Amino acid sequence: MIEVVNLTKSFGDLQVLKGIDLTIEQGEKVVIIGPSGSGKSTLLRCLNCMEDPTSGQVLYHGVDLTDMKVDINEQRQNIGMVFQHFNLFNNMTVLDNITLAPVLTQKKKMRKLQRSSKKFGKTDAELKSSAQIKADAKENALKLLERIGLSDKADAYPSQLSGGQKQRVAIVRSLAMNPDVMLFDEPTSALDPEMVGEVLDVMKDLATSGMTMVVVTHEMGFAREVGDRVLFMDDGKILEQGTPDAVFNHPKNSRLQEFLSKVL
Amino acid sequence: MGSFARKFQKFIELFQGSSADAYISEILTGLQNTAKIAVVGLLIGIVIGTLIATVRVLPKYKKLPKVLNGICSVYVGFFRGTPMVVQLLLFYFVALPLMGVNIPSVTVACIVFGMNSGAYISEIMRSGILSVDPGQMEGGRAMGLSFGTTMIKIVIPQAVKNILPTLGNEFITLVKETSIVSFIGATDLYVAFRKIGTATYEFMIPYLVMAVIYIVLVLVISLLVKLMERSLRKSDRGR
Repeated sequence: MIEVVNLTKSFGDLQVLKGIDLTIEQGEKVVIIGPSGSGKSTLLRCLNCMEDPTSGQVLYHGVDLTDMKVDINEQRQNIGMVFQHFNLFNNMTVLDNITLAPVLTQKKKMRKLQRSSKKFGKTDAELKSSAQIKADAKENALKLLERIGLSDKADAYPSQLSGGQKQRVAIVRSLAMNPDVMLFDEPTSALDPEMVGEVLDVMKDLATSGMTMVVVTHEMGFAREVGDRVLFMDDGKILEQGTPDAVFNHPKNSRLQEFLSKVL
Repeated sequence: MGSFARKFQKFIELFQGSSADAYISEILTGLQNTAKIAVVGLLIGIVIGTLIATVRVLPKYKKLPKVLNGICSVYVGFFRGTPMVVQLLLFYFVALPLMGVNIPSVTVACIVFGMNSGAYISEIMRSGILSVDPGQMEGGRAMGLSFGTTMIKIVIPQAVKNILPTLGNEFITLVKETSIVSFIGATDLYVAFRKIGTATYEFMIPYLVMAVIYIVLVLVISLLVKLMERSLRKSDRGR
């Protein structure tokens, strides 16, 4: 589904990614581990072009996202992303946070449909009014909030939520766009230890539902339990990859052995 | 103090005399023009300022943003580098005759005040936009929203909240600066009270009253800004 070909990324003189090749299949849960500064977050951010790669390709369903002619906004609607610092929109209630993007993109789609139906005289049964779009988005958002047990927070502002609650809302905000892959950039690193569990539970739940996930994390327990494949990165390269069992119990790379001896 | 009381008496008498209505309507016109120029100027300024600020924070690896950025720099440089009186005079006595159009002086003042405050507000707005956590932009872009949409829906509302006190300051400056529009022959508070002074050969009280009116105006504006700030702080912790 996602194919990364010889990807490099430099910030000025500093080369952070030194040629990454990676293929991610539909439904696969890929966990990326590695020491700080190894380039794992940068790799993740290159997958939806939040960072523009210096060279190489990121193919998503065969579309090269690094191509300037590709409408990156349209592609990103199918790629959910969850950040370390949540990045909820502070000026909006939880409900508005979740419905904003779905409503705006749906409206845009409707306008396009309307235009094309006028042009070609097609009568599209799918045409929805903007009130209908809003109502549907709200209903969907409330359903999602119920799933994570935060229905009562729909009208709260992000500043009134705890870190764990914020991250759960951020996850369902991405889910509201019905993405077919979710990227997680150290989703639990900014949380109090006692809140890590609630966020990981939501992510495990998501994994069981068959979502394709790419997770950068320091939670080795999570990597072991949920990951189909674990990648170990250091110094801008993928040094070892394999099933959690192979990576954690039978590490071959000496750098990985050293890393595991420190974190496990 | 005796002479002060006498002067005050004279001022009061003026408003009881036969031409009182003319003076009052003059003052009201002046007040109206001051309000009109300041409010319209601020609105134009906010629009121009927001546009310029957005151009200035645009990612710059394409050509168009670079060109736009250059144009904005020149614009801001000109309007911050010359006094507002000079801009007013240039616009009214140079630009308009060259273009061969005739616009009432109050309208000209509105436009010039708008363009001038646009230059200042662009810098205020830019600092406001920079004060918003870059994560907010990333959050929007990651959802597939465009740069413009994210800017309008997410970043600028938060930026405005941060810069509201400074924006209030800018509005107060505009209100006070309206006293220069007499240079191009528009009536404002100063013109109205100068007329009263000339009629009685007595300037002390009229100018004092004028100062009091300005102070009251500014106090009312400060109060309004405070109220607005409070309502915008809704999304903050602790209300």
